[in-house]
Amino acid sequence: MDVGILSYGLYVPRRRLQRSSIYKTNRWYAPGLGGLAKGEKAISNWDEDSVTMAVEAGRYCMDGIDRGLVESISLASTTLPFADRSNAGIVKEALNLSDNVMTADRTGSLRAGTSSLMHALQNGAMALCLAADRRKSKVASTEEMNYGDASAAVLAGSGEVIAKYLGGYSKTVDFVDHYRETGADFDYAWEARFVRDEGYQKILGSAIGAALDKLGISAAAVDHAVISVPVRGVPQKLAAVAGIAPEAVADSHMATVGDTGVSHPMLMLAMTLQNAKPGEKVLLASFGQGADVMVFETTQHLPAVNQRQAHFIQPGLSDTNYSRYLFHRGLLDIDKGMRAELDEKQPGTSLARDRKTVLGLIGGKCSESGIVQFPKTDLPVNTLSRATGTFEDYPLADRVAKVLSYTADRLAYSPDPPSYYGMIDFNGGGRMVAEFADIEEGEAEVGREMRMVFRIKAFDTLRGFRKYFWKAIPVQRGES
Amino acid sequence: MASGIKDKVAILGMGCARFGERWDTDADGLMVEAFEEAIADAGIEVAQLDAAWLGVGFDAQSTGPSGIPAAVALRLPDIGVTKVENYCASGTESLRGAVYAVASGAADIALAIGVEKLKDTGYGGLPTRTRGSRWDMIGVTGSAPGNFAQLASAYGAKHGIGPSDLKRAMAHVSVKSHANGAKNPKAHLRNLIDIDKALNAPLIAEPLGLFDCCGVSDGAACAIVTTPEIAKALGKTDIVAIKAMQVVSSNGWEMQSDQWDGSYLHTTRVAATKAYKEAGITDPRNQLSLTEVHDCFSITELITMEDLFISREGQGWKDVLDGLFDADGKVPCQIDGGLKCFGHPIGASGLRMVYENYLQLLGRARERQRQDSPTFCLSHNLGGMPSQNVSSVSIIGPLGA
Repeated sequence: MDVGILSYGLYVPRRRLQRSSIYKTNRWYAPGLGGLAKGEKAISNWDEDSVTMAVEAGRYCMDGIDRGLVESISLASTTLPFADRSNAGIVKEALNLSDNVMTADRTGSLRAGTSSLMHALQNGAMALCLAADRRKSKVASTEEMNYGDASAAVLAGSGEVIAKYLGGYSKTVDFVDHYRETGADFDYAWEARFVRDEGYQKILGSAIGAALDKLGISAAAVDHAVISVPVRGVPQKLAAVAGIAPEAVADSHMATVGDTGVSHPMLMLAMTLQNAKPGEKVLLASFGQGADVMVFETTQHLPAVNQRQAHFIQPGLSDTNYSRYLFHRGLLDIDKGMRAELDEKQPGTSLARDRKTVLGLIGGKCSESGIVQFPKTDLPVNTLSRATGTFEDYPLADRVAKVLSYTADRLAYSPDPPSYYGMIDFNGGGRMVAEFADIEEGEAEVGREMRMVFRIKAFDTLRGFRKYFWKAIPVQRGES
Repeated sequence: MASGIKDKVAILGMGCARFGERWDTDADGLMVEAFEEAIADAGIEVAQLDAAWLGVGFDAQSTGPSGIPAAVALRLPDIGVTKVENYCASGTESLRGAVYAVASGAADIALAIGVEKLKDTGYGGLPTRTRGSRWDMIGVTGSAPGNFAQLASAYGAKHGIGPSDLKRAMAHVSVKSHANGAKNPKAHLRNLIDIDKALNAPLIAEPLGLFDCCGVSDGAACAIVTTPEIAKALGKTDIVAIKAMQVVSSNGWEMQSDQWDGSYLHTTRVAATKAYKEAGITDPRNQLSLTEVHDCFSITELITMEDLFISREGQGWKDVLDGLFDADGKVPCQIDGGLKCFGHPIGASGLRMVYENYLQLLGRARERQRQDSPTFCLSHNLGGMPSQNVSSVSIIGPLGA
């Protein structure tokens, strides 16, 4: 049975910060950034992190696939929110996977995602490989211009694969082109020309050649070269040296998404697969203290998955609000006001009790009356029956809902004001009062279709904790 | 159904502190101010009080827990003081406790006092607070305006009322309350506003603007109650009696079933139905003389006119614009300025409403006095949020009416 890729998913946040708006503010200080002040980059909202973005890519990837078949889940990122609490474990709860899946957090290098995928492909069991990054960058830095936020997912396994794994090659070299100490906010990066000559060309370039030699694949046979290097011209140069046709080189998406860190190779792979045809060879190469190179061959099962995934790739929303972007990354000390002083302490006990309700958005369906309710309670609402314990688990996260009432609140504290919230009714039953996320003026109305997303509900800044829950966002055309 | 409370309990005396931003005093001082007026009005000695109930909404910010703060502030004579908290119905709940104690025969004379000291928080509006560990994980705390603003979206959508029509009716509610508050020396806000000022104010929670929202105030109000027989024995002639007191708490039906449409207050409708039955009222639009309703927001007052069955469903906004609830209208609402302008010290508000109705029944409302001999006067509280709340409806009137 073939081993390879069964599905893919990607999540790119809706807001796209215009690089020109960054430059406009910082030009007085760093006029040299003008060359990078083109295009846009994807930026996550205040309530997103690598965990929430990974959940979204994972949901897309698993669309139409029985989640009960997943045997392991990994989350690769250099910006995992927790140093000691399984981040992949949070994703596992949000995806409502079985308690029996294995989980792993993969970090330490921008290669963490591809290495994780390579491990999974060597094993052959069904593994959901997630990668996400939300890197901070200093104001008026090159990184600020380049870095974007996104996540990607690849479901590896055996059976009806959409891309057969032909093999891989990996090497490790402690080459410090940039680094970030544990707990630090920002990267420290070495001169670009050094990284290009000694890193990309020597380490990654030789790895691509070595991989093709090892697998006995001619460079000319590569239809898509996914070379994840966020520097203009470098992938083309590496392809040319290896003998890969220039037209095979995949778009880096730097102009529209930005350099999304650990998720970038898989994001590029997902975008490439979306436009690939059966029977094509796809080379995936990533860099970070060494290199990972993998080669796949797409199969006849690809078009069906591509059709299923196409609507998840949404157009972004142009954003020029640079100060909001800075605030959402903790780089601008905006006066939050006294209303923001509410203590957000999360009792570990209640989170443990309500784990599925909170992280999985699991409601209940009454086995006697058939009514759906969120959250589950001992006694059901709206029934004459006084029987207890009649609720069976009823996941609501993937159900579309309609707005019954809403407001845009300018009084309550929100990092992304005004704070939208309202009552929503799920198709198939169940209702809740939910916060609305990623909603723009004019998008809220009674009857509007919404879908749920996993987000940060609040930060406990006193104790270094973040509370996750589900919010509603407007369904955009083509979704649901 | 139980025989009810009608005419079993009389109000012996009432008092109310001046509401407002009372930088000069704390909860104790506010309670003393209201209590001194009430005890003088009742014409009794403090030693004659058998029991007391204290209503406070945000005890963490004002009094601290328990009934002890009232006992200490008022130097009550070694009696039981019970603190009650039921969101914005806390003041009415304190009265209900005292009234039930008298009706049961457990007490001859009982005190109900409500107080709130909110202006020590450092900001306008209500304090943010926890609603329990489960709620804090999955609920939306939002703000009071945000929670009540949603009524407008659902009400407008259900009845096909254009946003500008509804906004204008809401503005009329507030313009009217400012006109009434201007005549009330104890009111927090005594300025007149016009419709344009209300319409053009900054948005607080869509579609509510600044003048669609009541502020929060410091204040206290209290009532001393007894039996009609004791009131007569004490020499009282124009006796004001309790006609009905009903409280209904949401059981999750609005929030968790799919039957409520978000456009009205289910609890108010049930409480009103029960209260009218208890008081013997069959035609509220024609039998009620005055209403003091929970106008925390203009949209709440407007919809409450329907929930109290004074206006037909979907027609309340027209009755508002027709002036039905103005001070010179058929059924005045908030003739004292309401929460909007008299002010909203949470724990005192229910008692403040009864206080105004009591003054009107006794012809003591001075410049605000209705000249048509009021009979049934209704007060209404709404605590929490439309999707999960507590609603109270109380009616007072002349004994025997």
